Amino acid sequence: MRDKILYGMGVVAILLLARDIYMIANFPPEAAQGAIFKIIFFHVPAAWTAMVAAGSALVCSILFLVKKDFKYDAIAVASTEVGLAFLAVNLVTGSIWGHVIWGIWWTWDVRLTSALVCWLLYAGYLMLRHAIEEPTQRATFAAVFSIFAFLDVPIVYFSIRLFRTQHPGPVFLSSNGSFPPDWGMVLLWNWVALLMLGIVITLVRLGHEETQREIDYVRRMAHAL
Amino acid sequence: MAVANDLSAVARKGVATERRRSSFVRLVFVIMAKDLRAELRTKEAVNASLAFAVVILVLFNFAFDLDDPSTRMIVGGLLWLVFAFAGTLVLNRSFARELPNDCLDALVAAPVSGATLFLGKALASYLLVLAVELVSLPVFGILYNVWFPFAQMVVVLALGTWGLTVIGTVFSALTVNIRLREVMLPMLTYPMLVPALMGAMVLTAQLAAGTSIWGESITWLKVLVGFDVLYTAAAIALVETILVG
Repeated sequence: MRDKILYGMGVVAILLLARDIYMIANFPPEAAQGAIFKIIFFHVPAAWTAMVAAGSALVCSILFLVKKDFKYDAIAVASTEVGLAFLAVNLVTGSIWGHVIWGIWWTWDVRLTSALVCWLLYAGYLMLRHAIEEPTQRATFAAVFSIFAFLDVPIVYFSIRLFRTQHPGPVFLSSNGSFPPDWGMVLLWNWVALLMLGIVITLVRLGHEETQREIDYVRRMAHAL
Repeated sequence: MAVANDLSAVARKGVATERRRSSFVRLVFVIMAKDLRAELRTKEAVNASLAFAVVILVLFNFAFDLDDPSTRMIVGGLLWLVFAFAGTLVLNRSFARELPNDCLDALVAAPVSGATLFLGKALASYLLVLAVELVSLPVFGILYNVWFPFAQMVVVLALGTWGLTVIGTVFSALTVNIRLREVMLPMLTYPMLVPALMGAMVLTAQLAAGTSIWGESITWLKVLVGFDVLYTAAAIALVETILVG
């Protein structure tokens, strides 16, 4: 049953993505930036999806520490991995845009730097997991690290903001935004598509984690016998 | 008579709370003294850390021409990089020191709370890292001809180092049992330390340039204090989970 829902959602997400890409391709180029502007339709939703993933990793980490249920640990690691992938999409698309518009691949601006620090923090989470063998200890330590990492993100953002900024401000969903409403709708729909895709990948990854746990269990049983 | 009884009951109660409070502080100091004593007998972490700091300071001389006035701006950054690298060597040992003879299990089984253990260990590492910094600071000053107003520099050192120590001690506990511990600790701590290091670097650079830290850059002091308070609280809340599970 879960597989059917999973595949159904995957199909819907891909259809939605195809429709969005078709619409975005037919939009006229933006006046100042030209066609490269359209990268924003993937750049911003990828960042939002990564934020949702980080949030769910935090919630699941806290739930694991409270309830000691490995289900939450599995969700936390699955959503962290997927969030990291989406954040990488965000960083790469931003870098491509920056190369065309700013003429440089990278600049140490507040958003870029905090996104990169964020990426490094969550990559550290995965490295920490890989290094710990014992499952309970791995889950506990990873949960603690995840909480520490999440606490760090707003401070990093605030302090780098004090330092310098260059990234363009938000152009939609704000009163002084310059984004046309129908473009904004497509951007939101594209976010829905990416979010669904993210959920599907997370659930697939969750399945791997559960299978891994079963294998560990069987192996331990065999060892005991 | 009744009044006297009441009074003695109140006095007893007062003594009991006083004793409980003092026992927490006392236990923190016992753990701290134990760690300091163990370190000062072998001096392995402090010596390595100090030697490492001096070596990096010398290497910087080849990377940058610090006589050039425009590169004076980066002295704060350089100094804190040295402190972060050298500090990690001390912090790595904080929990790793307890591994031989299963001392860590004994410490966890001892009738002290995780918070006590953590604060004791953090304070010991704090003093050791501060000592390394206070020795390498004049070396840096002499080699590169940079001088800092002492009192204000001590404030920056105290706040920045506490942030470094809190994160380092918690992660030292997280990484104590794992493969590649020495590589893992800096990998995990440095990204997390970004705000604290940035604040300390900016403030130190300003001190080197002769600006007071109480002026416009007071926000950076607030960032440092906020970072320290937030992570100390988080560490005290979570350390029991790390040590006991």
